[in-house]
Parts: sequence; C-alpha cells; structure tokens
Amino acid sequence: MATASVEDIKLEDIPVDDIDFSDLEEQFNIDSQINFDNFVVVDGAPIAPESKVPVLTKVLTKLFSQAGNIVDINLPLDEEKKSTKGYLFIEFDSAVAAKKAIKLLNGKKLDVKHRLFVNSLNDVEKYGTEEFDTEFHEPKLPEFNPTEYLRSWLQDENGRDQFVLQKGDMTGVFWNRNAQQPENVVEPRKNWSNTTVKFSPKGTYLFSFHNQGVASWGGKNFDRLQRFFHPQTKALSVSPTEKYLVTLSPQPIEVPEDAPEDFPFGPESNGHQLCVWDIATGVSVKTFALPPGQKLHWPMIKWSFDDKYCARLGPNALAVYDTENNFELLGGKVLKIDGIVDFSFAPTGVKLAVNRNNELSSVLAYWTPESNNQSCKATIMEIPTRRILRTVNLVQVSDVTLHWQNQSEYLCVKVDRHTKSKKTLFTNLEICKLTEKEVPVEKVEMKDHGLRFAWEPKGNRFITVSVTETADDNPSIPKNVVTFYAPEQKDKKAVKKEELTKWIPFAKVEGQFSNTISWSPAGRFVVVATLVTPDTRKADFDFYDLDFTGEKSLNNVKTVAANLMDVAHPDYFSATDMQWDPSGRYVAVWSSATKHKLENGYKVFNIAGDTVREEMIDGFQNFVWRPRPETLLTNGEKKKVRKNLREWSAQFEEQDAMQADSAMRELILARRSMLEEWTQYRENNTAVLEEEYGFETYDTIVLGTSEEDFQVVEEIKEEILEEKEEEVDSFEETEEAS
Amino acid sequence: MRPIMLKGHERSLTQVKYNREGDLIFSCAKDSVASVWYSMNGERLGTFEGHQGTIWSIDVDQFTEYAVTGSADFSIKLWKVQDGSNVFTWKTKTPVRRVEFSPSGDKILAVLDGVMGYPGSVTVYDLKRDAQTNEIVDIAEEPAYNIMTREGFEIASVAAWSFEDKFIVVGHKDGKVSKYDGSTGEFVDSLELHEQNVSDVQFSPDKTYFITSSRDSNAKLVDVVSFEVLKAYEADCPLNSACITPLKQFVVLGGGQDAKDVTTTSSREGKFEARFYHKIFQDEIGRVKGHFGPLNYVAVSPQGTSYASGGEDGFVRLHHFDKSYFDFKYDVEKSAEAQKHMQQLEIAN
Repeated sequence: MATASVEDIKLEDIPVDDIDFSDLEEQFNIDSQINFDNFVVVDGAPIAPESKVPVLTKVLTKLFSQAGNIVDINLPLDEEKKSTKGYLFIEFDSAVAAKKAIKLLNGKKLDVKHRLFVNSLNDVEKYGTEEFDTEFHEPKLPEFNPTEYLRSWLQDENGRDQFVLQKGDMTGVFWNRNAQQPENVVEPRKNWSNTTVKFSPKGTYLFSFHNQGVASWGGKNFDRLQRFFHPQTKALSVSPTEKYLVTLSPQPIEVPEDAPEDFPFGPESNGHQLCVWDIATGVSVKTFALPPGQKLHWPMIKWSFDDKYCARLGPNALAVYDTENNFELLGGKVLKIDGIVDFSFAPTGVKLAVNRNNELSSVLAYWTPESNNQSCKATIMEIPTRRILRTVNLVQVSDVTLHWQNQSEYLCVKVDRHTKSKKTLFTNLEICKLTEKEVPVEKVEMKDHGLRFAWEPKGNRFITVSVTETADDNPSIPKNVVTFYAPEQKDKKAVKKEELTKWIPFAKVEGQFSNTISWSPAGRFVVVATLVTPDTRKADFDFYDLDFTGEKSLNNVKTVAANLMDVAHPDYFSATDMQWDPSGRYVAVWSSATKHKLENGYKVFNIAGDTVREEMIDGFQNFVWRPRPETLLTNGEKKKVRKNLREWSAQFEEQDAMQADSAMRELILARRSMLEEWTQYRENNTAVLEEEYGFETYDTIVLGTSEEDFQVVEEIKEEILEEKEEEVDSFEETEEAS
Repeated sequence: MRPIMLKGHERSLTQVKYNREGDLIFSCAKDSVASVWYSMNGERLGTFEGHQGTIWSIDVDQFTEYAVTGSADFSIKLWKVQDGSNVFTWKTKTPVRRVEFSPSGDKILAVLDGVMGYPGSVTVYDLKRDAQTNEIVDIAEEPAYNIMTREGFEIASVAAWSFEDKFIVVGHKDGKVSKYDGSTGEFVDSLELHEQNVSDVQFSPDKTYFITSSRDSNAKLVDVVSFEVLKAYEADCPLNSACITPLKQFVVLGGGQDAKDVTTTSSREGKFEARFYHKIFQDEIGRVKGHFGPLNYVAVSPQGTSYASGGEDGFVRLHHFDKSYFDFKYDVEKSAEAQKHMQQLEIAN
C-alpha cells in the first residue's frame, strides 16, 4: 500500500488525545500565576534614538540596581521613529526589590527635564483596565455609634468614689464603701491590662496597656470604647481636657507597604515613636520622632490648660504646636532657646493683670542653665503671643525645678544653688505671683538643700522637705527637715492677696526621713510621708492639719494664717505608694508587689489618720482612685453648703449607719417610716382639729415674751460672814499719851 | 443630771405638778399638807394646810392664781396660790382621787371614789372668773354634772381634760378608758386599753393626745379625737404614771413594784426608776434611778427643761436636764430635720 499522502489524513482519524503536546505546552504556556510583583513600569524616561539605547540601558540599570538585582530590562522601541518610547519595564528578582525601587525612585529626577515615575506593573493592571471605576464616590462614613453616658459614676446617689485594685493579673473597679468590703463596679477582669491601668485626668476614661497598643474603657460597665494601635506602648499621658492621648513605644512605627485601610498611620509616620491620638475617635492625629540624643522625660508632650497648644522639648528649642490648626508649629517654626532644660505649662488659665474681661491666658515657664556669657534664667511666657512676662536671672545654679500652684496663681522656681566651692548645696525659692501686675517675684532663701516642694492646692501655703548636708552621711540618721511656709500676715485683717508679701517659715519638724509631701486635693490637710524606696526601708506617715481649731499649735510664728497641728501618725511600714481620693476625704496607701514583696496590700485612712479599711493581699500591685472633674458648683453654692454643713452631715451620718450593717439599715428604714407616720399624724390632726374645733395644735407652750408678763424682782441678800469685837483705845487716851 | 431633793413631805407623794410657766412645782402627799416649790432651786415657797387626810391629787390653773386639791377627807379645797389661803371647800360623798382644772380654768373635775354604796363618779364644778384679772368671782357649790360610772365599767381612777375643755378622758380600774363631752358629760367613746387599773392619764402640751399608764406594765399613747392608739410602750414593772415631754419626742414612765410586793418578788431591785422612751420609735433610751420606793407620779415642766418625780419614799426628785438630753437625737431625726431645713432654704431662695 502506497504511503498515504498528507491529504489523505483526515483530522478525525488522528487520535488527538494520544499526541504528546507537553513540549509545546511548556514552550507556550502562559503562566496565569505569573507574578507581576517583580515588575515595575518606569515612565518619564528620556526618549532616545536607537543608537543611544545601550547607553540609556546602562544608566537605568545602574540606577535601578540600587533596589535589587535586575533580571531583565526592556525598553520598547518605536519602529517608525527609531527611538525609545519613554517608558520601560524592569523585572527584579524579587517583589521586595520592586517595592524598594518604587519607594526609592518614584519621582526621581533623572535630569532637569526628566522625572521618573515608577509604578508596579500590578497597579497598571489594576488601574489601567476599563473596569476600574474612575468616578468619584462619596466615602461611606461609618455609622455613628453613641457611647453611653461616660460620667455616670458621678451620679452615684451617695457621692461615692471609685477605685481600681490590681492584684496579679486581675484588675477590678470598685465603689469605696468605707470600712466595708468594696462593692464591684464591674466583675474583676483577668488580664485587663498588661501592666498598670491609668485614668484620664477627669476620670472619664480608663486606659489599659496591651501588646498591640492601648485601649480606652468607660461608661457604667467599663466597656471598651476605642483601641489605639501602637505596639509595645510603654507610656501614655492624657491632655488636661481629655481630648488627646499621647503614647510612646520603644518600637518605631513601621508602615507596611500594603497597609490595610484602617491602619492608623500614614507613610510619613514611619520610624516615629511618639503618637498623639484623638481619644473620642481613636484617630491618630500626629506622630513625632524622638529628638535625638536626649534624656527622655515623661510626659514628652505637655499641654496648655485648654488643650489648644501642646509643646515638646527639642535640642536648644521648644516646639509649640497649635492643636486646632492641625498640629502645625505655632508661627511656623520652633522657638530657639539655647540650652533649654525643662518647661511646663500652667495647669489652669492665668488671669494676668493685663488681661481684660477676665480672659485666661495660656502660660508656660522654662529655664536655661548658665552658659558662657549668660546667667541661668527662668522665663515665663504667654502662648500663643510668645510674649515674655517675666525673666528671673539666677547665678551659681546647679538645678532648677518649676512648681505651679494648682490654680496657677503662683509659680515657684526652686533653685538649687551651690557655694563657690561647689561643696554644699542650698536652695532659693523664687515665687512669681502670676496674677499681679508685672508678675512680681518674691524670694525665699533657705539655708539648706530643698529636696521636695509642694504647694497647698487652692491655697498660698507650701511645704518643703530639705536636708542640711553634713559630713556624717550615715543613712540611718534622719536628717530631713519638714518646713511649713505661709505668707506673713502682720495685720490679722489683711487678707487681700496684694497685702501678702512675704512667705515665712512658720513651723519646722526636724529629724525626719520624709520623702513625700502629699496634700489633700481640698487643701488644709497634708500627709508628709516616708515611702519605701530603694534608699528607705520603713515607711511612715505624718498627718498635719494647717488650720487646726484647737488651742495647741506647732507654730513658731503667730503672724500667719495657719495653725499647724500634727493630727496622727498611722503605721504602715511597708507602704510604697500613696494617693488621696479626689474629694480629699481619704488617703490610700499601699505596698505594691512590683516594688517589694513585704506586706503587700492597701490601707485607707481618713483625714484624721484613722484606718478606715485595710486589706493585706498577696501579690497586690496597684491602687488607683478614679479622678473627678472640677466641681460645677459656684463659690456661692459652695459657701451655702459649708454653712449648712451640720444639716448635710446629719444625713450622711445616717447613711453611714445604714451602710454599716443590714440590721441597722432595717431599723433605720423602720424608724424613718415611723417618723414619717408621726409627722403625718400630727399634720392630719392639726388639720382636723383646725377644721372641726378651730383649735390650733402646738408642741410646746410658748410663753408670752412681752414685758407685762414678767416682773423683775431684785433681792439683795446680806450675809454676815464674821463678827468681831475689838477694844480700841479711846482717842482721848492716845492724845494724852502723846 | 444632779437631782434636787424636795424634802418636805412626811409620807408618800401622790401627785406632783408644774404650773404653766414651769417655775413652780405643786406636790401633795399622804400627809395632808400640800406644798409649793420653786423649780429653779427646790426651795419651798409655802404650803396649803387644811386637809384632814391624804391628799390624793393637786392641780393649778393656767394663770397660777388658784390651786385645787382633792383629799381622802371627803373634800375638795380651792386655794389661792399667792398666800396659800383656802378659798373654798366642796364637801363630797366619797374620797376624792383626782382633781383637775380644765384648760380654760372655768371648770374643775373631781374623780370620786366608789365606796360606801356610792357608785363612783367624775364630777364637774363650774367656776366663774373675772375676765380681766382671772379672779374667781363665783363658785358653783353644786356640780354642773356628774358622770356616773356606767354599766359594764368599773369605777374611774383617773381623769383629765382635753384641749379647750372639749372632752374628759377617764381611766377605769378595769383598764378601760372612756371619753365624755366636756360641756355636758355625755358619753362619747371607750376603749379597752389595758388589762389592769389605769393609773394615770396625762395629755400632750396641746392636749390633743394623751398617754395612759397601767398596772399591767404598759403605757399607751392615744389620740383624743379619733380615740385611736398611736403608740404603745412596754415596761417591765407596774406603772403608776406617765407623761409626754415637750421639746423632745420622749415619754417618761414611772412605777415600780408595790412596796408590799418587794419582798416577795424575785427581782433584786424594785425597778424604782424613771424610764425615758422615745415617743415615736417606742425604744427605751434611758433610766434615771434614785428613789428607793416606787414612783407614784412623774411630771415634766411645760417648757421641757426639767422633770420631777414623786416617790413612795416621800421625796420629790427634781431633775434639770443636761445638754446631752437636749442634744440626743436619732440619726433618722437629725437627717429628717436636716432635709426639712434644706427644703426651707430652697423655698426661701
């Protein structure tokens, strides 16, 4: 049989399935899985004639090699013009390299005329298609989720305070019930926070620390309100009006290339460690890099009283930001201040003497140390005008601290000075009176070295703890001196602030270990304490009353508006921390297991130093009172409350008695209804008698007070105590004798 | 509280009374002489002499012009307080157990014992006074009316006037208490209040409610108009007397084992103490001891600043209250007062 011609072969007869196409398939297969990640499209390259292509390729290869190994570079040619088309494709050996190329070289200026645009090939695929919708769509706003009332705890009928107790991995919020077992606000939660928890300054939010950042909690049941993604956050602070949260993490922010849409940071935040958040929305409003080579002092961002401005320290500069203007630098630039060491904002608005209409100014103070041709200076500046209100020049300074009185009426600049030999330290206090004309400065010279300083809240008195440095540095000898200062009041009637000119020490307590001054938030009472620190082993507490009403007094000087008395000295030898409750009724002291393992637990004292409640708990860590916002009562209303204090306290005593135990509660309730019943009976009876008989009831006979009803009778009683008869020589005889 | 001992009677006290101003104390005893004392210092002002037997009861009118005494010598005597002279004497058929001026001073009631065939009665006499001087110008010798012991009741042991002479409240030997119209003597109402003899009836300062004491160891507070029991106070011994303190919301109860029973009862003490109860809460809040016989009568000054007790031992003990007495208040009262005060303030604003 003749060989069959090609024509004879019918397609149908070919067993297609039997033919092995694998070699062809391999050759022409288009890998649908092909990874465009490795490719970039470069636009904006010079259009070069064919002859220059090798040169151009070489230049571009060199340029793009910075990002990684180039597998292939392809410059398409225009067949007609015999030149390149101005774009090219580059294949890298990895997606990382391609990404790097985009990051590095996108927008790169090749020369004056040419700027390269580098894009991922993926993007071209994604955006270049017809399907990609180029029309603008309104972004969908997430539905507004109202939070429950965040200040509900202030509506407690009995005006109780809340506090947080932390023990091991358990954290709980409780109602203070004096001597009784605290009542749960919410069930104690396990691992609520990695470390401690923190309240915002007015108590609205509770913040917890987590690996992923910080979470805020609030409302009646402490539900989670917001999450602030900032991995490994180590510290946080909240602005005075609770608008902003500042977090700090040792781990710089890395913004991933393919960051999810809800990633809080933009690419500009890469490498930053300090982050400012809007607490209500959870949005990151600003991030900062840490200033290089500086010691970190927390808080790193400080706020003006109204949150309108915030500032942070830089090398030889102070950066003030306008929060209402998108955190732009105030005036567009940082404030150059050579050598600035520390600064702080006034805690409240200041009624400067120059202000009209009771306007309040934001004020900050900072200090600079001595330098070659300048003395040490403390400066008070108004923001945003940057007007310098006062400069205090200081010499021979070794350290300065700034202490604002809580109503910003006074700023004390505590200046630790050294003698010329630099061997001993002594302290001067420069007290600036902010509200007076031209901000006068009053100087108080201390003979020894002031360690601690604290203003009386809402007052003009202060306390220092100082030490006289002696040759004997045996740490077991108590050497600290607690000194109480008040403005001199020569005339008892002189109570106007302007007349208070000079602060004088009016009492001294010597031979103390004291390392802490803790004023009651309401003023008047203060606890000068020794807390357990690495240097001190034994804690002690001294309660003082600066307006003691009794006869006794520790005053050395009478011409001050203060009468000091030591009220109590309760024991808690292992206490490491203390905190007043926001109302100034109780002091909590506790021994934290994070500091040492002795007698961990807490005690709550009242202002008389009596132990109201104590609980020793193994592994107890932390006690936090929930702060309260400023009272809304006006001064007049407060005065009225004070005037009727007896009436109020009568009601509170009853409540206390009722809380003491349930039997008492029953009894009180029963009595209350009996009293109510009786009053009701008397009222009804009065009405009935009035109506039926025209008779007016009364409880006690009232006697007429007119003078006719009374007659004053005076009786004089003479009583002869002794009668004595004596014979006296008659005058005549004596005359004769003479 | 240091008591002032009024030593002047030779036998057991039967009644002790303050005048309206609280500056004088009138006392009578089984020794037939009544006495008047200054409440301030316990000095005796004078005596009313003339009775032949035990004086069971004494009273003084609201003007402190006249005093009246009722005696076991079958007579009621009217005295002028100023000089102690006997103004008038009513002869009665039986011993007189209780006398009392009506609040207006125009009537006198007398509780007459039911002995010698007489059924016992509460007898009311009219007096006529000068409108200006309050001097008694005419005395009715014959009773205005007699409230004879009703059927089903035992004889009356005590009686007292309510506000504006409207009612007479009578305590009976069987523990019943009955109410009569003050102007006509008509029966109005009755209550089975106690199980034994009603030993005393004393009114509140405004005479709108009263307290009864009984030998059954109970004292009860009753509203005179509605005749409903408001409160009950239980003591641990027979009671001879009870009174309501003005100014404070207390009641004072007095009594004790009968002298004749002391030796036969197991309790070591005769419970010869004045007991203070809270009028509203009914708790006992304090006791004052001192007498060495039962307390026959307790009385509080109308101003509420002192109280006097007359004892079987023949002494009147007069106590001026301390600061602690005036300060004492239950938390509930304090807070209620405080709330009231706050409300008033709010209204004022």
